[in-house]
Amino acid sequence: MSITRRAFIKSMAIHSAVVAASAMFPDISFGAWKEKDIPSGGIHWNKAPCRFCGTGCGLLIGVSGDRAVAVKGDPNCSVNKGLCCVKGYHSIQILYGKDRVRKALVRKNGKMVEVPLTEALDLVAEKMQETIKSHGKDAVSMYGSGQWTIPDGYAASKLFKGCIGTNNVEANARLCMASAVTGFLTSFGLDEPMGCYEDIDNADVFITWGNNMAEMHPVLFSRMLANRKSKGHVKIIDFATRTSRSSQAADKSILFKPQTDLAVANAICYEIIRNNWVNWDFVNKHVSFHKGKTNIGYGTEDHFKFKDKPETVDFNQYKAFLKDYTPELVEKMSGVSAKDIKYMASLYGNPDKKVTSFWTMGMNQHTRGTWINNLVYNIHLLVGKISTPGNSPFSLTGQPSACGTVREVGTLTHKLPHGVVMKEKARKMAAEIWQVPVENIDPKPTYHTVEMFRALDRGDIMFMWIQVTNPMVTMPNLKRYRDGSLKGGRFIVVSEIYPTPTYDIADVVLPSAMWIEREGFFGNSERRTQHWDQMVPPPGDAMCNTWQLIEVARRMGYNKQFSWSRETYIQDIWNEYTRFHDNPKHRMAPYTVLKERSGVQWPFVDGMETRWRYNAEYDPAAKSEDFHFYGKPDNRAWIWLRPYEPAAESPDSEYPFWLNTGRVLEHWHTGSMTRRVPILHRAVPEAYVEINPDDAAQMGITNGSKVKIISRRGSIVMKASINGRGNPPKGMVFVPFFDESYLINEVTLDAFCPISKQPDYKKCAVRLERA
Amino acid sequence: MPVFSYLAYPVKGAKKKLLNDLSALDHCEVMPAKNKEVLILVTDTPNEKKEEELQNKLKELKSLQSLGMTFGHGDV
Repeated sequence: MSITRRAFIKSMAIHSAVVAASAMFPDISFGAWKEKDIPSGGIHWNKAPCRFCGTGCGLLIGVSGDRAVAVKGDPNCSVNKGLCCVKGYHSIQILYGKDRVRKALVRKNGKMVEVPLTEALDLVAEKMQETIKSHGKDAVSMYGSGQWTIPDGYAASKLFKGCIGTNNVEANARLCMASAVTGFLTSFGLDEPMGCYEDIDNADVFITWGNNMAEMHPVLFSRMLANRKSKGHVKIIDFATRTSRSSQAADKSILFKPQTDLAVANAICYEIIRNNWVNWDFVNKHVSFHKGKTNIGYGTEDHFKFKDKPETVDFNQYKAFLKDYTPELVEKMSGVSAKDIKYMASLYGNPDKKVTSFWTMGMNQHTRGTWINNLVYNIHLLVGKISTPGNSPFSLTGQPSACGTVREVGTLTHKLPHGVVMKEKARKMAAEIWQVPVENIDPKPTYHTVEMFRALDRGDIMFMWIQVTNPMVTMPNLKRYRDGSLKGGRFIVVSEIYPTPTYDIADVVLPSAMWIEREGFFGNSERRTQHWDQMVPPPGDAMCNTWQLIEVARRMGYNKQFSWSRETYIQDIWNEYTRFHDNPKHRMAPYTVLKERSGVQWPFVDGMETRWRYNAEYDPAAKSEDFHFYGKPDNRAWIWLRPYEPAAESPDSEYPFWLNTGRVLEHWHTGSMTRRVPILHRAVPEAYVEINPDDAAQMGITNGSKVKIISRRGSIVMKASINGRGNPPKGMVFVPFFDESYLINEVTLDAFCPISKQPDYKKCAVRLERA
Repeated sequence: MPVFSYLAYPVKGAKKKLLNDLSALDHCEVMPAKNKEVLILVTDTPNEKKEEELQNKLKELKSLQSLGMTFGHGDV
């Protein structure tokens, strides 16, 4: 059967609409239309995870000849069951932007000049060796990404930590997920969620904490809506600082003043205890109580150091600590009525309701990000609503492999693929698998992301290789770090697919193969590893990032450690990497299984995936009659006494507005891919500043008029959006960061959570002027 | 040569009217849900100018409450 490309695309358009309608109205019928009506002549379909957010939707990519021509949701993938969001449906178009980087470029006499790829790779290796010789091993660094594939991150970690011997490996997931990691580690001793997306089908109540899921995780949001639609009694509570599309779809929208989520979470626990909604059987058997340091700072100064000092306390001390957080006191602080606080507590406290909490950047990009993660776990632990279907505190991931690559492979300064560099046992394991002397692996972490860019500015780091991320748009307090990267003697290598502001600071640009132009793996929010095959050839000289690292490693003399063949290196890396996790708490599926299925959840033990960790009914590592929190030495989950502390910078008379930043549905992160997709670009062609209508009226600002946003660090002029898709409360403005023409991070502050070192992009003080 | 698909929501009680209105427009194919107040609209215009004209006509339909885009392809 043969069809025209146009007829095929038209049939895909119908299919997309049917799937979207089915997500909103699960029992909808369109009469005669059937899936089989999609013609398939000459098109070969292959599975791949979506390239964008951390949901990990399964896609089927239609390939004709050497070109990807169509996308549909993979009905065999339990994540999305055939549904995609607007970015997913247009994902293949990111491959075909007109200005795709096809050749290597080297800066010569101030100008970027095309060179053969081998010459560029030679130069990268040579410069790295020269820098190590003249400035020491800790003067070279790698900055990667939660969009790195697992083999990319693994090769980078092995090269830098194992071979070169520096812990200067960081990834942009530090900017989006680090507080989730430290939250998990401090509360449970092991990273990543205990639950899975099946919680969405089982919960009776959803509380989203500072999380606009309708735009950021639309497919999961659709699953929530479908659950509500089918059951009737399901409630969605949007607890946020700004009204968004999620608020509009929720049963109740509750707004809180920035940073006061800390106080509200404690107030919910206060109410749970006051009403005796505590699940005492669970708490007595599975929970212990702890406190840490307070007044812990904000990291705005160079060389900031912080180390928490946990102390064990008892329930009565915890109860006494919560006395400062009565709903009435917290109402004054947070702007959330005592009635609403009590309502949320009653939902968590009702033994007949299964409750799932979701969060992403609102809680993670927070100067007390670790604390607020701990506090939401506290709520679930007090009522024992955890690790069972529908009862889940669930940190969603922003990027497609922030979990798989950054958190599991360990591409952060303190991490190894198993354990941390500070632990001798972990170093010995890595040295043995990597075939390097154990002395090569430095026991001291070096720089987290913000400090790594500060080190580049100071001259402590002189060489940086950046892959799959765009820090010259995303770093907070951006001007300092852009100016720093351009200082004399710095050498910047950028592996890229399109010109970006980060490409602009490069001394060498390596053209990268992306997504389905190479084989790879991602790991999504629910511990699901997803494999895809190479489906189309990359353009020009573009090369897989993993292979770029291997080529440079070999040029530096590490042939033994990087001896894999070009034909099988992805499989070989997977087989080597999974040796790190060969235990029932984290065993990964074999390559052959991953190749076959649309994703597999770990721990994968005896051929079975683990849906709910720490619950003996589902988790073979749990050794107990019911729950076993085996990540902590006391085999218990930890409830933490974490107080409210204010933001690093709050509005004052000079800078009277909060600035909140984030994303929009149609664009992925800095827009370097989605802004090259005509449909997505046309949907949201430029960034804007959302202003509350009352504030706008008071200042004489109208929709579309130009506004100058000024902070202590910089300023930017952009158009106002009033009563648009989002509406901030009085005294707050919101700006999406996808548009490189409007670098909002010139205005933001580089304060971070002292435990996770994740910056707070949601809170700094600005003033507005009509421009 | 753009192709788009949308979920088209009628104003209350106007599903049949919306079906007729959309069916009467050039470059439009309509598929009503049998059991819900929603229709699928697929537009297939020969060029950007026709697309813009069609968009303007859609905006004028009184029976149409809103359109939610589900697919778009601009370079066919």
